[in-house]
Formats: sequence, structure tokens, C-alpha cells
Amino acid sequence: MITLNHYVALSALLFCIGLLGALGKRNAIAILMGIELMLNAVNINLVAFNRFLQPSQVVGQVFALFIILVAAAEVAVGLALVINIYRRRLDTNIEDLNWLKW
Amino acid sequence: MPDSQAVFFWLLAALVIGSALAVVLLKNIVHSALYLFLTFVGVAGLYILLHAEFLAAVQLLIYAGAIAVLIVFAVMLVRRGDIRLSNLYSIHFLPALVVSLVLFALVAVAVGRQLWLGYLAPPPEEPLVSLARNFLGEYVIAFEVAAILLLSAIVGAVLIVRGRRRSAP
Amino acid sequence: MANLYWIPKAWLIPLLPALAFPFIAFITRKARGLSALTAILAIGVSLVISLGVLWEVIAHGITMDNPVEYSTVWLQIPQLLKIEAGLLIDPLSAVMLLVVTLVAFLVEIYSIGYMEDDPGFSVFFAYLSLFGASMLGLVLANNYFMIYFFWELVGLCSYLLIGFWYHRAEAARAGFKAFVVNRLADFGFLLGFFFLFIIFHTFNFRELAAAIPAYHNVGLLTVAALLVFTGPIGKSAQFPLHVWLPDAMEGPTPVSALIHAATMVAAGVYLLARAYVLFASLPNVMLVVAYVGGFTAIFAATIAIAQRDIKRILAYSTISQLGYMVMAMGVGSMTAGIFHLTTHAFFKALLFLAAGSVIHALHEQDIFRMGGLYKDMKVTTVTFIIGALALAGIPPFAGFWSKDEILAAAYHNGFLGLYILGTLVAFLTAFYMFRLIFITFFGERRAGLHGHESPPVMTIPLGILALLSIFAGFVGTPFTARGFSTFVYYAAPHEVEPDYMVMALSTLVALAGIALAWWLYGRPSDLPERLKESYRWAYNLLWNKFYIDEFYLWIYRRIFWGLAEAFHWHDRHVVDGLWDGVGDVTRASGQKLRYLQTGNLQTYALVFFTAVVVIALWMAGMGGMIR
Repeated sequence: MITLNHYVALSALLFCIGLLGALGKRNAIAILMGIELMLNAVNINLVAFNRFLQPSQVVGQVFALFIILVAAAEVAVGLALVINIYRRRLDTNIEDLNWLKW
Repeated sequence: MPDSQAVFFWLLAALVIGSALAVVLLKNIVHSALYLFLTFVGVAGLYILLHAEFLAAVQLLIYAGAIAVLIVFAVMLVRRGDIRLSNLYSIHFLPALVVSLVLFALVAVAVGRQLWLGYLAPPPEEPLVSLARNFLGEYVIAFEVAAILLLSAIVGAVLIVRGRRRSAP
Repeated sequence: MANLYWIPKAWLIPLLPALAFPFIAFITRKARGLSALTAILAIGVSLVISLGVLWEVIAHGITMDNPVEYSTVWLQIPQLLKIEAGLLIDPLSAVMLLVVTLVAFLVEIYSIGYMEDDPGFSVFFAYLSLFGASMLGLVLANNYFMIYFFWELVGLCSYLLIGFWYHRAEAARAGFKAFVVNRLADFGFLLGFFFLFIIFHTFNFRELAAAIPAYHNVGLLTVAALLVFTGPIGKSAQFPLHVWLPDAMEGPTPVSALIHAATMVAAGVYLLARAYVLFASLPNVMLVVAYVGGFTAIFAATIAIAQRDIKRILAYSTISQLGYMVMAMGVGSMTAGIFHLTTHAFFKALLFLAAGSVIHALHEQDIFRMGGLYKDMKVTTVTFIIGALALAGIPPFAGFWSKDEILAAAYHNGFLGLYILGTLVAFLTAFYMFRLIFITFFGERRAGLHGHESPPVMTIPLGILALLSIFAGFVGTPFTARGFSTFVYYAAPHEVEPDYMVMALSTLVALAGIALAWWLYGRPSDLPERLKESYRWAYNLLWNKFYIDEFYLWIYRRIFWGLAEAFHWHDRHVVDGLWDGVGDVTRASGQKLRYLQTGNLQTYALVFFTAVVVIALWMAGMGGMIR
């Protein structure tokens, strides 16, 4: 029997893997990928809670759709930024992008 | 005897977690992008298990179809140097690992202590109709704002990618 | 009082000139004629409304005890503060409205001629309008806060107008002096009515009038009353803050006329009348008021004897007459004070405008360089003499009746010393005024200066004011039934009993003053020079105005500067040192802390999530999840 706990645990694991990618990688595109993983984890949570706690309604799915939508916009702008930075600096290494400091 | 639901769940879970780990751990950004695609597909499978068929389709279309492809394009556009070392760990990898593990442990303990009395009632008859009612009813303003957001994201992305117009010929 | 017509429109009286000010300043500034027309039209309509108001006040039996009040709450903090904006119309304000609008109207007409060639013609009319508006607002105010607001506006306008010819250093300095001296006094006034507010929780005159007689903490009330009295000391140029008024002569002469007759100095006396219930309940404060007024009267009159500048003599006579009015208030006759204010407004405006006519013709202010002007300037001479007779208190001119009422009040209320002093001042007044007349208008021409009569636009206001100076007194003679004293009064209306002894004595001393002036200056004689030589010290003392200015300057240089130096040192080293230290510490710590900003996004995100984990752990611990 698969319970809600299974889904929540899976989602938590996926979130943490995404977090690891977002915090621990050097390439800006890889960081974007990590963020996408985290967003997917959130979506799994939303849909699972919807399914197990309010099966007659679809509010969780509505929110998941909104998140997908925002994620698409975010990826588009994020990648545009990466490409722009690459064109100016020939670099996508996030550790070199540190000129926003003292 | 495990039911088919459980079998599929464990298979999909293994797929999602395994490919997600590959996304993060592999050193070749192209491979990472491909495994990301696999993760998205796995998540879509989970949606089907959760009776969210429409969402699964959207997941495939947008995440697997559009976002993953967009990422691959970006990788191609900014490719430079040895592709096999294109996706290295940053200096923050170890602290990030610790934070992630502690966070997971925390959630896992919490989940383990809490048992939600989920009941598996049948899903709505017409989930799509229900979705549409929500989008065009209660959440119509958010829906419209989302449309504007998408539009501005498109325009913004184009503007940013084009960069500053060269003044000298 | 259902069918009032003019009184509900009283708010227009200050508003019209107030609107004329921006209108002239922003729209008609280039068109000189239009500017003058706007200003005169505005004050003219105000004059008509004021007449209507006065008529209705008389016709509808509105007395001091049942005035008409329109009020609206302007600012309110419940339980704490309530500031009203409102109009109070009673016989007192009705009379003042008429005096102010009438004098301002005539002065503005006169100014067309006097300021003819001035490049600042339009601006001058704008300022005059604002000046009039401020004073009218002050007269109509129904509470201390509003009166203070207009009080300061009047001060501002006087500053602008005294320093109107600001390119002349003396004029700029005189404006500055007037402003600073008045500020000093205004601060006392401000503290005074704040005191009243703290005690009674209201600014409203009528509410205060009801509350004050029932209050018994005399000490606190005395402090408040004395502080309020500093306002009139400054505005109405009483000793020891009279020093600004003679210097204010640097302004254009119509301004002097306005300041001395209707707008500026009258404000102080008017405030005394408005706040009369406060003073009347405190005999000790009344005594202070009376003696300050009396001393100022004689003090300024003696100075006026030795002055040579035609406008300065008039200025000191104003101070002296203001002393009379304040003294009248102090000896308990608010009626006499306001009556004298009214008649004085007419004849002092007349004297200043006539003096202005002389100055306009000769471009000279030293009376010893004039002489024999009656041949060239008949109208000016005649009107000036009428004004001087009124000022000197020769019956039946206006000044006689009002001065007589003051002296009678002093005599009958038991202030014998002040009565003798007042009579002496009457003698001095007649003497210095006719010294001025004999030297300026008669005798032979000195310094070869020839005058010419001023244009009708200047002489017609002189004529009107001369008529008023002759006849205005009749509204308040002891022989007039139901006259001024049953109209403007404090506590109860009363009929003044004619006191022939007081009348005869004051007339006699005035005539004696004129005779002495004639004996010394009206005929060819070297007596004045010989007197001057033999009493050199006295002459110097008077010529230098008792060295009051020098004394203030000495205080300013020695004591004030010393204090300022000490405060400056304290400011520089203690206050600045403290805050510089705070700044230095902040800067130094910022210098070190800025290295926390690595600019690396992942570092920030890592810190962020670490914090999330730590907080989650802490909350889990609180919730008892981890044991």
C-alpha cells in the first residue's frame, strides 16, 4: 500500500538532491537544473496532497500548473541571462560571477 | 503480494531519484541534461499514478518537451573547453551536501512520525472540466496575470539574449 | 439673528486681499496699473463689507457679551488638542475691521502716487495686500492659535515691507531688526498661550473668558498673562522692545503709515483688548501693563524732542501714543485704549502720509534742512497741522477725546501718578509736534529746498484722513449719548462722565506745549542752540535715544557672543565629537564587515538554507519532535 508518506518522502529526497545541485555545482546551467528538480519536488507534493486529502477537487493540480508555468518563464529568462553573461565574459562559472560585492 | 500501484511507484521512484542523482553528480553537462529529461518523464509517470493525467501531459509537453530542450540548446550555445569537465562541483559542494542531508533527515523524521489518514476516494469524474472551472472561475485573475507573466518573460528573454545593440559598425 | 446679510460674509474681508497677493505676484506683476487696481479693489470691497458688518453689528444689537461666532474644527486630537478656525464678530472686531480696511484703502490709493517711479511697484502692492489680509485675519480670529498665525504673518509682512528697498543696507538691516525683535516677543506670546492651553485646554477666546474668572491659581495665571503681554510689548513697540519701530522708518512712507496706524502696532493693543479678561482678573499684571505703557509714553516723548528726522519724530510719537493705549488698558479702561487706537490710526496715518508728501517733494528727511514749505504745499501743510492738532489733543479734534478718556480713566481709577505722567506726555507731544511744524512748514527756507504740491491721488487721501481726524472723535465724547463706550467695553457698558478739570488741564498743557514750541522755534532765535550747548549731556542722551540701542549692542557683543562661543565649543567638541564617534565606529565596523559580501551567489544561498535548517531544527526542538 503506497501512502501519502511515500510521496512526501520521495518529494523531500528529490528536493534535497535539487538543493545539492543548486548549491554545489559550478556551472550556471547546472544550477538552473537543480532549481528545476526542486520545483518538480514541490509539484509532486502538491499533487499528492491533493490526491490523498482532497480527492474530489483539483486545487493542488491548479497550483502545480501555475508552478510549471512560472518555471517555464523562469527557465527562459534564466537561460537568456546565462547566454548574455557568457557572451560578455566567455564564462558560465558561477564562482567567477562575483562582481556584485564591495 | 504487492499490488501494481506499489510496483509502479517503486519503479518510478527509482527512476526519478536515480536520474536526479545523475543530473547532480555527473561531470558532463550534456549527460546531466539528458538525465534531467528522464527525471521529468519519471515525474510525469508519478502524476499518472496520482490520477492527474492532464498534469502528466503538461509535464511531458512543457518540462520534458520544452524546458529540457531549451536547456540542451543553452548548453550548446555556451559550450567551451572540454565537455567532459563541463559540470564540476563548486567549492560549496561539501557544505551543500551536509545541509541537504540534514534537511532530508529532518523531513524524513517528520514524515515518519506523522501518518496521514489518506483515503483513496475516486477522482473527480471530469478532472479537466474541474480544472477549467478553477482556472476560469476562482483563479481567473491569477490565470490572466500568468499570461502576462509569460508574455513579459518571452519579451524579456529576447531582449536579454540580444544584448546591447552595437553602436559601432 | 436670522436675516444677517453682511456678517456671514465677513470671511471675505481677509480673503480678498489675501487672494490679491498671489494674483498680483503671479499674474499682473508686469502690468503696474492692473496690480494697483487689483489691490485697491480687493481692499475696497473688504472696506464695503466691513462697513456692512459694522452697520449690522449696531443694527442687530450685537454686543460684546453676545458676539457672533463662526467656527470649524481645523485640527483635532481627541482628549488632547483641538484647534479651531473661526471668526469672532463683536463690536471690537467690527470697529477694528473698519479702521484697518479704511486706513489700508487710503494708504494704497496714496501709494499709487508715492511709489510711482519705483521698479518694485507691483510687488509693493502685493505685499500691502498680504499685510492687510494678515491684520484682518488677526482681527477676526476667534482663538489664540489663529491670532498667533496671523500675528506671525503680520510680522513677516512688516519685515518684507520695512526692507522693501533691500538694496539699501540700512533698510535691509532695519527689516531684520524688526523681525528679530518681534520674534523675541512672539516667542513669549507663544509660550503664554500655550500656558493658557495647558491650564484650560482651549484656545478659544470665549471659552477662556468663561473659564478664567473661575480659576484660582493666581501664580500660574500671572506667568501666562505676563508672557502673553510680551507679545504686545514687541508688536506695539513698548519699552524695552521699542527699538525696532524707529528703524522701521527705512521702509517706504506708506508702509510706515500702515504699520503705525492700522496693521502692525495696532495688533499688540488689539491683542490686549481681546485677552482683556485674562489681564483684568490679575491686578498685579494690570499694574505692570499700566506702568510699562506709562513709562513708554514719557520715554518716547522725551526722545522725540531732540530728533531731526521727520519720520523718526513721528515714529517716537507713535511709540509714545502706543504707551498711552497700553496704559489705558492697564488702568482698566479697555474702551479708552481702543478708542485712542481708532482715532490715532486716522491722525497718525494722516501725519505719515503728509510727511511722505513732503519727502516725496524734497527727497529730504532732515527737518532742519526744510522750512517755509507752507508756501509750496498748502494742502499738505493744512492736513499735517490738523493731524498734529489731533495728536496734541486740542479740542475738538479726534485725539483730544480719546486722550481725555484715557487721562480721565487713569485719574478716576486711582492712578494719580500715571495721570500726571500722561498730562506731561500731552505737553511734550504738543511741543515736539509743533517744533516739527514750525521748523518744517514755517520760517525761512533753509538749504534752498523748494517743495511742490503732490498729485491729487496723494492729497485726496490726506483730505479724507484730515476729515476723520477732525470728526472721528465725536463718536466717543462724554457728551455723546450711547457712544463708543457703550459699544466697545469690557464687563459692562458705561457712560463716561465728563470731567471738566481733566479736559481743561490737558487742553492747557497742550496749548502750553504749542506756545513753547513757538517761543523756541516759531520765531528767529538762537535760544535752542544756546540751550543745546548749556545742556549738552541731556541733549546727547536724548539724541542717542537713551543709548538703548548701544546697550543692546553691548549685550549682544559681550554676553550673547560669549554665550554663543561657549555653545559653539560645546557643539563642536562634545555633541559633534559624540556623533562623529558614532559615525567612526559605524564606518570602521562596516569596513571590516563588508568582506562578508563575497559576491558569490551560492554562498548567500547556502547561508540562507543553512538558516532554514537551523530554524527548522530549533522549531522541531520546541515542538518536542527531537528529544
